[in-house]
Amino acid sequence: MYVAVKGGETAIRNAHKLLADKRRGDRSVPSIRLDQIVEQLALGVDRVMAEGSLYDLELAALAIKQARGDMIEAIFLVRAYRTTLPRFGYTLPVETAAMAIERRISATFKDLPGGQLLGPTFDYTHRLLDPELAADAAVEAPEERVEETHEPAPRVTDILGHHGMIETDGELPEGTAPGDLTREPLAFPLERDLRLQALARGDEGFLLGLAYSTQRGYARSHPFVGEIRIGEVEVELEVAELDFPLTLGRIRLTECQMVNQFKGSAKQPPQFTRGYGLVFGQSERKAMSMSLCDRALRARELGEDVTAAAQDEEFVISHSDNVQSTGFVEHLKLPHYVDFQAELDLVRRMRAEHERRDVQETAE
Amino acid sequence: MTELATYNFAYLDEQTKRMIRRAILKAIAIPGYQVPFASREMPMPYGWGTGGVQVTAAVIGPDDRLKVIDQGADDTTNAVSIRAFFQKTANVRVTTSTTEATIIQTRHRIPETPLTAGQILVYQVPIPEPLRFLEPRETETRKMHALEEYGLMHVKLYEDIARHGHIATTYAYPVKVEGRYVMDPSPTPKFDNPKMHRSPALQLFGAGREKRIYAVPPYTEVVSLDFEDHPFEIQSFSEPCALCGARGTYLDEVILDDKGGSMFVCSDTDFCEDRQAHGHCGHLSANPAEAAE
Repeated sequence: MYVAVKGGETAIRNAHKLLADKRRGDRSVPSIRLDQIVEQLALGVDRVMAEGSLYDLELAALAIKQARGDMIEAIFLVRAYRTTLPRFGYTLPVETAAMAIERRISATFKDLPGGQLLGPTFDYTHRLLDPELAADAAVEAPEERVEETHEPAPRVTDILGHHGMIETDGELPEGTAPGDLTREPLAFPLERDLRLQALARGDEGFLLGLAYSTQRGYARSHPFVGEIRIGEVEVELEVAELDFPLTLGRIRLTECQMVNQFKGSAKQPPQFTRGYGLVFGQSERKAMSMSLCDRALRARELGEDVTAAAQDEEFVISHSDNVQSTGFVEHLKLPHYVDFQAELDLVRRMRAEHERRDVQETAE
Repeated sequence: MTELATYNFAYLDEQTKRMIRRAILKAIAIPGYQVPFASREMPMPYGWGTGGVQVTAAVIGPDDRLKVIDQGADDTTNAVSIRAFFQKTANVRVTTSTTEATIIQTRHRIPETPLTAGQILVYQVPIPEPLRFLEPRETETRKMHALEEYGLMHVKLYEDIARHGHIATTYAYPVKVEGRYVMDPSPTPKFDNPKMHRSPALQLFGAGREKRIYAVPPYTEVVSLDFEDHPFEIQSFSEPCALCGARGTYLDEVILDDKGGSMFVCSDTDFCEDRQAHGHCGHLSANPAEAAE
């Protein structure tokens, strides 16, 4: 006798209780605090802020804790919260040339105004597991600059730009308001503003793979890292009653200017083109991947043949959002037995027909 | 209630609801046309009914009675979860009865009990574009709809017939709405397609991840695509429901053992239980006399 499974409600409640228990783990181990996550898992926090599209260290830390360290789940938590927040307005474009620089490197110039600064990077570390870290050994204080230099650090693309060697930022037509992909549905083909927004919140791994594919010949773009800079910038908002913009605070950003070869077209002389990456927090991998993808996606604008996945706007943008991807892939866990029954019936019918044909053929 | 204080009635803020209602009105005005809307991130994953939940949240009011089904059943986990979501955020009355409900949110089925005027059926839609698996590009499919260029779909159905002798689509079977737009009925079995035709209820379709809403207004023509010499047919089952004895309903096959034994029961649990309560029984009912009481 078959009894329809009742008690879905109880099952869900119990599953959530068990999840909470597993999340806490062994009660004799102290619970991890949000400030510990913010301080010691900072790059994870940065990723959640970047792909969650919400700059809030503490909420990102909470999401990581709640998600048991599952980054995409944490990003999802932050997104679902972000979407409920009211909009007060749009801030002015941030001025990355005025960034309080923590790291700045250029692969195209040995030295440049403002200098190169390695900053807190994994580059040139030897990837040897460090037992001292496990033992929680004391850490030396870092070296500090003796005096704060006030030498301006112009963006490297502006330096090259003075000679017409590299394309300029370009001007948007008067009165153009950048789109907002969280408020309007995307309609392909996109302009670069919406494309960059989508890339900025796109999945790091997905963009990394696509960026890598362009290096291996699928839409090769001869890239050079013009510049990567990491540091804090001020966020400003224009308020109607005031005749000066109001500073709301500072956020840490990673900016990447990728410089790419361009043979020129009928309309444009040969010059270097650019791909752009800008990400919340410290994430060079993401900013670099983003800039390679941005450049590849400009194929149509620059009159290049669209031959590879990384150049295909609908393909890249439709599949770069990990909250969407994970939702749809994982929804296959939901019951599909009505559809499956329909398919089962069809396959049975087709097999019966197949057998009948076989019998007929042997009889003939 | 303090923890809920930060969320609006039915979770979405009123601005968002207004945006969704506009999309719904447009969808009703152009039956079968997919209206893009600025789908929000919901507190459940994409692919788990976020489109349907947003549509329901935009049309639900405090006086509504909500029914949520998944695979025809009220007690499947995701149906339970969505129903609980609206109980919590909108504090509305819920029901499992098809006739009592004013709004029914569904995934993969249309209730067996015919719907009536004034009811709203909200479908959760994974892929709203009926041409998607023939043409992956949105820019192309949009053009095909605009030009009413549905030849590709007919070729696909024809190729099925040439290869298998019949059309090999069993669910998400394409329909033409009011003689104009080809529409995906969502992954309901084709068994349910005829129920959409001239239904007195309003049918709304929400696809959250794909950011589309479409609609079939009451009493609208919904015709399943076919050919004169290969007319559209729905699935039929050789045996009645083992619990309520109903014939002509959609059945789920339930595996009973590992020796090939199985039974067929109504996928619409409310319909089946209602019949049992009214004394109908099938050959595997626990106790026919008891069920008759």
